[in-house]
Formats: sequence, structure tokens, C-alpha cells
Amino acid sequence: MYARPGILVVGGGIAGQAVCEAVRDRDPDVSITLVCGEPHRPYDRVRLGSLLAPEGGDVEALRLRPDTWYEDAGVRVLTGVRVTELDPELGRAALADGTDVVFDHAVLCTGSDPLVPPLDGGGGAHVFRDPADCDAIRAAAAGARRAAVIGGGLLGLEAAHALAKLGCPTTVVHLVDRLMERQLDGPAAALLAPAIERLGVDVRLTHASRAITPTGLVFDDGSELECDLVVVAVGVRPHVELARAAGLEVARGVVVDDRLVTSHPKVLAVGECAEHRGVVHGIVAPIHDQAQVAAQTLAGSPCAYAGSIPTAKLKVMGIDLVTAGAAEGPREVVDAAGDSYRKLVADPDGRVIGAVLLGDARGAELLIDAVRTARETDDPLALLAEASQATAAELPDSAQVCNCNGVCKGAIVEAIREGPLGSTQEVVSVTRAGAGCGSCKPVVSELLKLERDGAAEEPAYLCPCRRLTREQVAQLVREQELTSVGEVAEACGAGRDCGACKPGLAYLVSELQAGRFREERHARFINDRVHANIQNDGTFSVVPRIRGGVVTPDELRRIADVADRYELPMVKITGGQRIDLLGARKEQLPAIWEDLGMPSGHAYAKAVRTVKTCVGTDFCRFGLGDAIAVGIELERAMEGLHTPHKVKSAVSGCPRNCAESYVKDIGLVAVDGGWEIYVGGAAGGTVRKGDLLASVASSDEAIRIALAFLQHYRERAEHLERTYAYLQRVGIDGVREAVLDPAEQAALIERYRIAKAASDPDPWRERDAPVHPRQFAELDGAR
Amino acid sequence: MSVTIDTWVRVGAVGDVPLLEGRSVTVDARRVAVFRLPDGWAAIDAVCPHRGGPLGDGLVAERCVTCPLHGRRFDLVTGEQDGGDDVVAVHDVEERDGELWVHLT
Ligand code: SRM
Ligand SMILES: Cc1cc2nc3c(=O)[nH]c(=O)nc-3n(C[C@H](O)[C@H](O)[C@H](O)COP(=O)(O)OP(=O)(O)OC[C@H]3O[C@@H](n4cnc5c(N)ncnc54)[C@H](O)[C@@H]3O)c2cc1C
Ligand code: SF4
Ligand code: FES
Repeated sequence: MYARPGILVVGGGIAGQAVCEAVRDRDPDVSITLVCGEPHRPYDRVRLGSLLAPEGGDVEALRLRPDTWYEDAGVRVLTGVRVTELDPELGRAALADGTDVVFDHAVLCTGSDPLVPPLDGGGGAHVFRDPADCDAIRAAAAGARRAAVIGGGLLGLEAAHALAKLGCPTTVVHLVDRLMERQLDGPAAALLAPAIERLGVDVRLTHASRAITPTGLVFDDGSELECDLVVVAVGVRPHVELARAAGLEVARGVVVDDRLVTSHPKVLAVGECAEHRGVVHGIVAPIHDQAQVAAQTLAGSPCAYAGSIPTAKLKVMGIDLVTAGAAEGPREVVDAAGDSYRKLVADPDGRVIGAVLLGDARGAELLIDAVRTARETDDPLALLAEASQATAAELPDSAQVCNCNGVCKGAIVEAIREGPLGSTQEVVSVTRAGAGCGSCKPVVSELLKLERDGAAEEPAYLCPCRRLTREQVAQLVREQELTSVGEVAEACGAGRDCGACKPGLAYLVSELQAGRFREERHARFINDRVHANIQNDGTFSVVPRIRGGVVTPDELRRIADVADRYELPMVKITGGQRIDLLGARKEQLPAIWEDLGMPSGHAYAKAVRTVKTCVGTDFCRFGLGDAIAVGIELERAMEGLHTPHKVKSAVSGCPRNCAESYVKDIGLVAVDGGWEIYVGGAAGGTVRKGDLLASVASSDEAIRIALAFLQHYRERAEHLERTYAYLQRVGIDGVREAVLDPAEQAALIERYRIAKAASDPDPWRERDAPVHPRQFAELDGAR
Repeated sequence: MSVTIDTWVRVGAVGDVPLLEGRSVTVDARRVAVFRLPDGWAAIDAVCPHRGGPLGDGLVAERCVTCPLHGRRFDLVTGEQDGGDDVVAVHDVEERDGELWVHLT
């Protein structure tokens, strides 16, 4: 039992999280306990679809807040346990694990469950509500010949699109005669269906499903759709059982008043489980409004929630669709042309009550704001036209830019001014606008540009102290032929104030001046001063180069001997197919390297790291290409080169991809008749499948293109920008053009050769020729 | 009874610390990092108050050092953390006849 009663939040969805934040903002001391029925801390359900993306996804990436937030905010979180009983009178909740939580106030944020209509065999259908559903759908889709999605609303369309992208032919089955009938009028729905079909999803309207059989879906009229995977997305049902058992008033949802208080004064309800003035919302935007009011109620301040306007945005790539309020009404104006349909609905007094924008969603924020504020207009058509021209500048401060996180224009502008913030990324991370579904990011960028008087986004400064970009420093280096970090510091001051940019400067000068670069060790992070990776206790790790993951028995013996001789506390197989000797003291390093007799694996440097391989044609019955030999050749060609950020590669012998080539900075995959080169893949903090750069006939050609890409990246990426971030920023098209153009490719390869010749393939040779006599020594014993 | 004597300890030679780098040494059971700056010397406690990172291995600029573990930055003259409340002790360090001498404060 928790000692200090306070606020109990039941349910860790978006609503539960929003309530914790709103309460904590107003009261730094009150004790807050958040009970999450799911085994995860609050995550962004809106982006759940990303777990169905072909490249996969991880619910951790959807987390609304990192663990540190709960620590810092002092919010106690219990996960994977449900509240089974609530006694408002006693202020006590019973949990499924047999424990109790006492509270002064409880806030129900129990959300809703997917609705499954009574179908014969309905138990075989999938729903689309949480990460486990996504895993199940993904697994089923892998073997499915056709999928059916029952429900042509927002959620059904999103699910169908995701299934089609997974490569599974998909049909959306809808009961009535138009898609999204609750948000769209007839003409808009009629335009939407073909747009969905163009994305490879079949649409079947006016079909009532009756049964799911092992072979497919049977409709009321006896007809059948052959399919082996059925997803049901027909709506949700508020989760009210807990409230009902506690004796609270329940209608469709848990009934709340304008202060979000239920029929018992100690219990509030927020989010999809709450029913306010007869309305239950199924979207995120109202949650943020409600959470604010609930927190005010709890803090004892007067407040009232007047309801929210329903809005909808379809998050399907390639279809712009935004709706707000009513789709039909007494006065309607429509601006339709080709594939676009823009409509404004007004009441008899000329107040805007609804908008439908399909195919052209320009000015959506302005129109949603007009609906929300019931703006009066005597010429709705003019307002529509004005909206399509509207820039972010014309949005009122009250206009909600980010509907996922409930951030309005005023808050964004204020954050930019206060920061001052210089890049979209910064604004997103400070305000959280754009951190949800991401569809408002262009507006965030536009606001930033406005605030900065049209100036381009603040570049990533290489030296933030002196506000110098990589390009500005590069120009200076070229013009004045600077050859060291010291000279750069002399010329422009970069690196003198805080010193953090010195490693970046060192890379830049070394890249631009290849053979003429003068190394200064003070410009290097400790790892690159002693060629090992510093650990949490100040000792270092040693990773020798093991090309392609292939090692000889003799090398293994030497590694074992070194571990014994130097009493190293741990020998570990790394995730990069090599071996790590951990816990070496700095002064032991030269002797360890000597005894290993293997070159450095550069595991500590912003440099070319590993090339993982699979067994390929040498041993594997599926092998189409000699992954081991090609991997070793690629590693030899690249090793020793420093790069803007680390570069990891892999070569797989067939598309089964056992070396994980699709998620490497550079990944080669043997296919029937040749090789594919993928670039910009990632499987660390960010997970991204690489872009296919080219398909070629021979491994020589594949390696050549890989090297041209490496050089292109070396010359253009910002310091500490991985290939995935670089490609996301500049796009693959321009890169492909540059790397595949014969003349440009030849030039890149030539510059690669110069860089390679100037690089040091084995810095561990400094054991015999240190750059400073006391490179590896502290002062102890120097007296 | 103990007597405190104002002691200077010889910790090494000038050439033992490269320019804009640090090296550490134990003086009176205390780990001290000595830095060679463009215009002189600095000495501070070598142990980062955050999680014990070796400040002598940090990246050094004209008057500050950045801890190699998690990037806390300390002024080498005042010992104060940049953008934070932590402080490290600053010690006296002098160069005499090519030798380095440290005096704990
Ligand atoms: C040793 C190893 C873990 C292991 O025992 O398996 C490791 C250890 C470290 N990784 Fe890693 N990574 C290791 C494989 C990976 C892999 C898997 C792989 O290479 O196939 C990944 C995912 C792929 C990738 O690179 O994205 C990986 C993604 C990261 C990241 C996330 C990068 C990102 O952009 O998302 C970091 C952080 C960073 O670089 O900023 C990181 C950083 C680190 C650092 C260097 C943290 C640091 O700066 O001190 C760790 C050093 C620990 C130490 O005390 O030595 N490590 N790390 C692996 C060494 C592989 C090797 O042989 O070279
Ligand atoms: C795939 C998908 C896409 C979506 N896209 C959008 C979109 O683009 N825009 C939009 O506005 N909305 C979208 N939505 C809807 C939006 O996600 C929901 O409106 C919102 O997440 C509801 O939040 P909530 O916290 O009220 O409820 P929920 O997210 O349902 O959270 C309730 C939580 O409470 C837990 N719980 C229930 N009972 C108990 C108990 N007794 N004890 C402990 N825990 C309990 C549940 O396990 C659950 O974790 C989408 C939904 C889905 C599924
Ligand atoms: S995942 Fe990588 S960075 Fe994180 S603790 Fe493990 S080794 Fe260190
Ligand atoms: S130990 Fe120094 S910053 Fe963490």
C-alpha cells in the first residue's frame, strides 16, 4: 500500500499521461500513481501503425516520455497490472496483483476496447488497438494471400494501407455505401474510394459481413471474399466496467460534468472512456483539453470544459484528408477541381460549423480554427479561398497546429522566441508539436521561418560557440589552405571556447586536406588519443579487427592469452561479429596490442567499423553470392577511413539477409543474377530499412558503388550525422544520381583513393611510435 | 595531533603533459588532473562529481575541460560547472625549472 494518498490515474494511455503531466504542472508535490494495464509505459497509440511498417518498429520508439521523465516528475508507475476494483468512498483501489492503492482522487483514463460485431467465427478476426495486435497482424500477413479489413473508417483505411504496404493484397469491406461516412459527405467519399484503390487497396462498399470461415469472409447476401486474414476496425467501446462496478453513472461512457467529475466527487474521467454532454470522443485532441480541465478541478480552480470539435486527419501517405465538425449543414460551399474537394459548412447565421478538405488540405489549421471558434463569415467561399492561400503567418495564435499533442500556434511562436530555437527539430523537441503523427511538421517549419524573418533554418553549427557552419569552416580551410585544427582556431576562433567541436574540425580538415592534414591529439576525444573505447570506470575496451567476422584459431588463442595475461575482466562477442576485451587500463594498451598482433577494429572512432557477413555460397544451401569474400574485400577497401559518424556495413549472401544488410549504413545483398546495394539503413536508436541505391551484376561493381557512396557521405554529411539521418535529410534521389553518374562516380572514387592512401589502417602501431612519449601514461611514477 | 604544512608536491616534468591535454596523479590520496594550457597550467580534482569520470581524459579548450563520460563541462580557473551547479576543487600548479609542482587547496 502506498503511504501517502494522492492522485491515482487508472490507465496509461495518452489520456493517463496527459493527466499526469497536467497535474504535475500545477502541483509539484502531490503524490501521483499511474496504473497501466498494458505491459508498457504510456506510448503513442496514434502512431501504432508504424509497428506494421515493412521495416518493422518497436513500441519503445513510440514511448510518450522516457523513463527519466517519471523519475524526475516523481510519478510512480505500475505497468502490466489492472485496477480490478474501485471504492470511491474509502478512497481505495484494488489491483490485480493483490495490492491496494489509496487515493484522495482517482482519474479514470481507461480508454476503450475495439468493437467486434457478432460474426460467426468472429474469434478468428484480428483487431488493431495495441502492439500485440500489430505483432499478430504482421505474423498473419506474412503467410496470407489476401487480407480483408472490415470497416471503412479512419482506422480501417489505415490498417488496410499498412497491410498493402506489407505486400499483402487487401480489400476493405464497408457496411454502408461510402467510406468514412461519419466524417465525409457523399462527393468527398466518392473521391476517396478511387484514391484508396490507387494505393493498391480494393474497396467493397455496401457489404454486411456475416461470418468468417477458414477460406474467407461470407456476406449477408451469400457472396464470399476469399481471404486468410481478417482485421476488424468498426469502432470502439468505452471501457466502463470498473466505473459501473464502482457504482458510478455510466451511459455509453463514464458520465462526467463540465469539470470532468463523475457521479462521485472523488472520481474524474478523461479521454475515450468519458462521456461529456452525451459525447464520447475517439480522437486525441479533446484529451488534452480535458486533461487541463481535470487538473484544474483537482487543484481546486474553477474551470469548465465546453466540449471539443471532432476533427480527423487520414494518416495515409499520398492522401491529404482533413475534416472538422459537420460534413453537411444548412449552408455549404464547395470548391472542387479534379481530384480535390474543399468544402465549408455554415449554420443559418453564417457561423462556420464544418470543413472537409480532400486532395488539397492547404489552410487546414485556419479552417479548423474557424470551426472551433464558430467564426462568422458572410462569404464562406472567400474564406475557403483565403485559407488555401493562407500561410502560417495568418493563423490566429489560438489555432491548434498539432492536434496530437494539443499545441497551438501561440505556444510554438513563444517557444521559438524564448529559445531562441533555430531548427524544426529543436522546436519539435521543445514544444512536442509534430512529435505525434508528424503531419503538422511543415507548419512548424513555416512558423520557424517566419519568426526568423525568412532566414533558412539554423544550420547545424559545427562550432556553436562561434556560430560557424561546416560549410563556412570548409571554405576557410580551402581558401587559406589550413592543415590543422590549431590553424583553424587561429583563423576563426572555432574550437577555442568550449572545445567540443574540435573532433569535428579535425575530421573536416582531414577530409578536405587528405594527405596534408596535421594531426593534433588535443583535438581528439580520448578514444582517438589512445585508440580504445573509454568505459564507465575509466578503463578501456579493445576490439581488434576481425574482417567479415572471420577469425583464425591462432587469433582466438592470442586473444585468450591476452585476456589471461592482462587479467581482463571480460571477453565478449559483440553485436558486430567481433570480440571485445573489456576493462583494460590505459597504460596496458600498447602491450595488449603488441601481444594480440592484430590491427585496430576502430570500434572507438567515428570511422568505418565492421562489415558483418553471413556464410554465403561457401556453406549455405541458399547462398547466391560469396558474402564472406565480398565482405572481407569491402572491409579492406574501407577500413582506416574516418567518417562524419560511424559507418557499419554488412554483406548477405541472399535476401534472407542473415547479416542484416538492410539495416546497415552500407549493405550488400546477393540476389539472383547480381547484387543489391542498400544505404542509410539503421537498427540502433533509430530503425530504418536502407534505401536501395542500385542493383548491379557483379560484386566488383557493387563494391565500387559502395565506395563511391561512402566518399559522397564523407564529403557532405554533417559531423555526427549517420547515413540514415543524412539520407533522410537530403533524399536518396540526388545521392543516387551523383553516385551512379559515370563521371561523378569516377571522381568520387579518385578522391576516395586519395583519402584511403592518407588514412592510417592501424593506429595501434603507435605502440612502437607514440605521438607523444607519454601518450598512454598518467603522471603517476613520473616523479 | 596533526600539523598541516603547506606542501608543494613535485608531480612530474613539464614535458609529461602535452599541450591542451590533461594527465592525472595522486597527491595526498587525492586524484588530481593537471592540464597544460596555451598560456600556463591548471589543476583540478580529477574525479567528475557526476559519476566519477576521469576529467584528465577530457577534451580541453582554452579554459575548460569536458568530461569524457557524459559531457559535463568545468571551468579550469573557477572549477564551476558550465550550465550546472556542480563544482570541482581547483588546485595550485606551478612550473619551476622544467618541473611541475602541485599544491592542494
Ligand atoms: C561493444 C558493443 C556492444 C556489444 O557488446 O555487442 C557496442 C558498444 C557500444 N556502443 Fe553500440 N556497440 C556494439 C554494437 C552496436 C550495434 C550492432 C551492430 O553494430 O551491428 C548497434 C546498432 C547499429 C548502429 O550502429 O546503429 C549499435 C548502436 C549504437 C548506438 C546508436 C547509434 C544510432 O545512431 O542509433 C550508439 C550511440 C552513438 O553512436 O551515438 C552506440 C554506442 C556504443 C558505445 C560506443 C557507447 C560509448 O560511446 O561508449 C558502446 C561502447 C561500450 C564500451 O564500453 O565499450 N552503439 N551498437 C558492440 C560493438 C560492435 C563492434 O564489434 O564494433
Ligand atoms: C491505430 C490507431 C490510429 C489512431 N490514429 C489516430 C489519429 O490519427 N488521430 C487521433 O486523434 N486519434 C487516433 N487514434 C485514436 C487515439 O489513439 C485514441 O483516441 C487515444 O489513444 C485514446 O487514449 P486514452 O488514453 O483515452 O485511451 P487508451 O489509449 O485506450 O488507453 C487506456 C489505457 O487504460 C488501460 N486500462 C483500461 N482499464 C484499466 C484498468 N482497469 N486498470 C489499469 N489500466 C486500464 C488500457 O489497457 C489502456 O492502456 C488512433 C487509434 C488507433 C488504434
Ligand atoms: S546498448 Fe550500447 S550504448 Fe547502451 S549500454 Fe549497451 S553497449 Fe552501452
Ligand atoms: S561522469 Fe563526468 S559527466 Fe558523467
